[in-house]
Amino acid sequence: MGGKEDPTANGSPKSESMAGKKASPPDLLSSISLKSLKLKTKQQELLLRVSILGLVYVLAFIARLFSVLRYESMIHEFDPYFNYRTTLFLTEKGFYEFWNWFDSESWYPLGRIIGGTLYPGLMVTAALIYWTLRFLRFFVHIREVCVLTAPFFASNTTLVAYFFGKEIWDTGAGLVAAALIAICPGYISRSVAGSYDNEAVAIFALLLTFYLFVKAVKTGSLSWALASAFGYFYMVSAWGGYVFIINLIPLYVLVLLITARYSLRLYVAYNCMYILGMLLAMQIRFVGFQHVQSGEHMGAMGVFLLMQVFYFLDWVKHQLNDTKLFQTFLRITVTSAILVGGIALGVGTASGYISPWTGRFYSLLDPTYAKDHIPIIASVSEHQPTAWSSFMFDYHILLFLFPAGLYFCFKRLSDATIFIVMYGLTSLYFAGVMVRLILVATPAVCLISAIAVSATVKNLTSLLRTKQKVPQTGSTKGAGSSKSSSKVTLDQSQPFQKNGAIALLVGVFYLLSRYAIHCTWVTSEAYSSPSIVLAARGAHGNRIIFDDYREAYYWLRQNTPTDAKVMSWWDYGYQITAMGNRTVIVDNNTWNNTHIATVGRAMSSYEDEAYDIMRSLDVNYVLVVFGGVTGYSSDDINKFLWMVRIGGGVYPVIKEPDYLVNGEFRVDKGASPKMLNCLMYKLCYYRFGELVTEYGKPTGYDRARGVEIGNKDIKLEHLEEAYTTSNWIVRIYRVKPPTNRL
Amino acid sequence: MVKSTSKDAQDLFRSLHSAYSATPTNLKVIDLYVVFAVFTAVIQVAYMALVGSFPFNSFLSGVLSCIGTAVLAVCLRIQVNKENKEFKDLAPERAFADFVLCNLVLHLVIINFLG
Repeated sequence: MGGKEDPTANGSPKSESMAGKKASPPDLLSSISLKSLKLKTKQQELLLRVSILGLVYVLAFIARLFSVLRYESMIHEFDPYFNYRTTLFLTEKGFYEFWNWFDSESWYPLGRIIGGTLYPGLMVTAALIYWTLRFLRFFVHIREVCVLTAPFFASNTTLVAYFFGKEIWDTGAGLVAAALIAICPGYISRSVAGSYDNEAVAIFALLLTFYLFVKAVKTGSLSWALASAFGYFYMVSAWGGYVFIINLIPLYVLVLLITARYSLRLYVAYNCMYILGMLLAMQIRFVGFQHVQSGEHMGAMGVFLLMQVFYFLDWVKHQLNDTKLFQTFLRITVTSAILVGGIALGVGTASGYISPWTGRFYSLLDPTYAKDHIPIIASVSEHQPTAWSSFMFDYHILLFLFPAGLYFCFKRLSDATIFIVMYGLTSLYFAGVMVRLILVATPAVCLISAIAVSATVKNLTSLLRTKQKVPQTGSTKGAGSSKSSSKVTLDQSQPFQKNGAIALLVGVFYLLSRYAIHCTWVTSEAYSSPSIVLAARGAHGNRIIFDDYREAYYWLRQNTPTDAKVMSWWDYGYQITAMGNRTVIVDNNTWNNTHIATVGRAMSSYEDEAYDIMRSLDVNYVLVVFGGVTGYSSDDINKFLWMVRIGGGVYPVIKEPDYLVNGEFRVDKGASPKMLNCLMYKLCYYRFGELVTEYGKPTGYDRARGVEIGNKDIKLEHLEEAYTTSNWIVRIYRVKPPTNRL
Repeated sequence: MVKSTSKDAQDLFRSLHSAYSATPTNLKVIDLYVVFAVFTAVIQVAYMALVGSFPFNSFLSGVLSCIGTAVLAVCLRIQVNKENKEFKDLAPERAFADFVLCNLVLHLVIINFLG
């Protein structure tokens, strides 16, 4: 696999080819070998590099295709369904309709301004690819394009990683970085085929922006800075994580200013990128004026103004050539600048014009904030702090190669290495705070580890090569003999150096091959599940597929009136609108906490109160997910406490202790009476009391919780069962109209 | 104390003036352009303070186009200035072409943003 091939590309092709030309006798075997193609060394190296990059490109694509081969080409999870629906809309109705779209099918009765509240980068990219393929007369369905967008952009990311590695260190590091990032599980987890989410395109845009910016700082050219502004624009259009870029780059500039590594190239690069990038970013409606009004973006503006003052002072100093006068000038300017800046910032923050950091990003700086104040953010499983096992699972050997790479970076500090060190350290901090952000840290970790691998292997192979050169330089007795003679003396003092080098090289190859095996195993086992189709092993080892979700959504699509409104927990909203094509009350966008709290209150109240709430929202159908028959543990009963917390956050009538017994969440006979009679319990366990789920257990045995349920005789007054899927995973109920008053 | 600071200020001003008059004409032209752009931006901000910032995108696009072109002109000056050793192998024509390209992109975005 890729892991084994790359380290040899570093420096050995040169020595191998030269030794081969002199040593191998001309026979049939060597005449068909590479060397007899009469290519010069540089061309051989180019050929090797291009072929390695080509293989890595293909590898990155095919490593992500497990779920397409095992199941079918479908969209995974929850958020991608929304993206798919919007892309479908874009390709059918055109860009103008898409940009101005008001959707009345979600968040009934409020509706959602989709055109102004999404990041259009992903959809526009997929639509462009689709239109290009159609232009070339490949009439593919838009779903195929959506499914394969993520692997395609992952392959492009490997190319950008190669160029970035080349900027920071050398071509060898670039090749290793490309190979590492092609199969790194931290990246694969969010870019597998079918995972049609913003991150698929955003990581490519992130790395591209950083690469172009580092290139601009290195060359000081306005055109590279313009390119990085466009890269930033693409990133802003793709993902909300662009805030990381607009804070990391000013931080980097600040570090360079403080450590006196600044130069005029830095001025050109940052200013052009900031102004043009900010203007381009404000064209996205969802971002709007945040670059001048939000607290998260003030760092960039502050550094921009600081730079103007700093470089102006530098220019005046250069003009004056007289330190005493300059000191007075310096004093006046600096005090006035700080005063003006401080007053402006203070007035802006105090008057509320500059909005403070939003909850999502504030919880990164203060991890305990979300748990106390914003339960919706705290409830998402991806937002939990990261455990060490997650780090090991997602990075494997890169975890200890990262500090080694940091050591090499500090040995050879330059503008580019300072940048990658800062990127690595800040992103690793954030990855430790939130599991989802391991993805953002992955390119930095891969690049820095690649530096470690490349530098180590280069040193080891150069040790090996000096041994080979000893007999040859002995014969030539020419230039460089002094160098080789010193190396000869070195050899004689450490006779086992060659063996040590070979042993270490074998160790490096072993580590990299284990990494490749681990990555493939992780991709195959953990990250290729579509989440909407579940699989399990039967009693005889055969695979059983549970396709209940799609069964339920298609039942909704075909058996309910077109204007029916469906109430469910917000997790399933996107899927219901995309596949069931019905209006939902709340969905995954979670922009309106009160609306979600209303649904949560309905789910946790007694049936009568819940019926009033449902009538007020015009609900026709209720959908719940239940895992008691199959042992599926991500069902609504396990999520129930979050419904209570979110509902209770807005409606104090819902109190969490009412549903717990001694602080414990139970559904068996010992559960609290409010729990046994609330709407969610009734809907999930209706008719379940008569079912035998496991041999040897009583009826009504809940396999997900492992207990026999407490309330087996459930009667529903205002709802009736409409549909239950074949494995009881999704249950749909119809809300009955009010009885006629006599 | 006051007399010494005013004398310092006068000395400062005089030495700055004499140092500046030694700069070549092409750089002085660029400097004049920068001052003009910043002055236009200041006028726009003053107008906004009087009238209010209702179409905020128009105000932002006006101010940012002035600041943007000023900043790009400063970058051009840096790249064209013969005293800067870092840029000595950059042809001034290339610097000017970059400047024109960036200004073109800037103004196209401004036209879209003006509303």
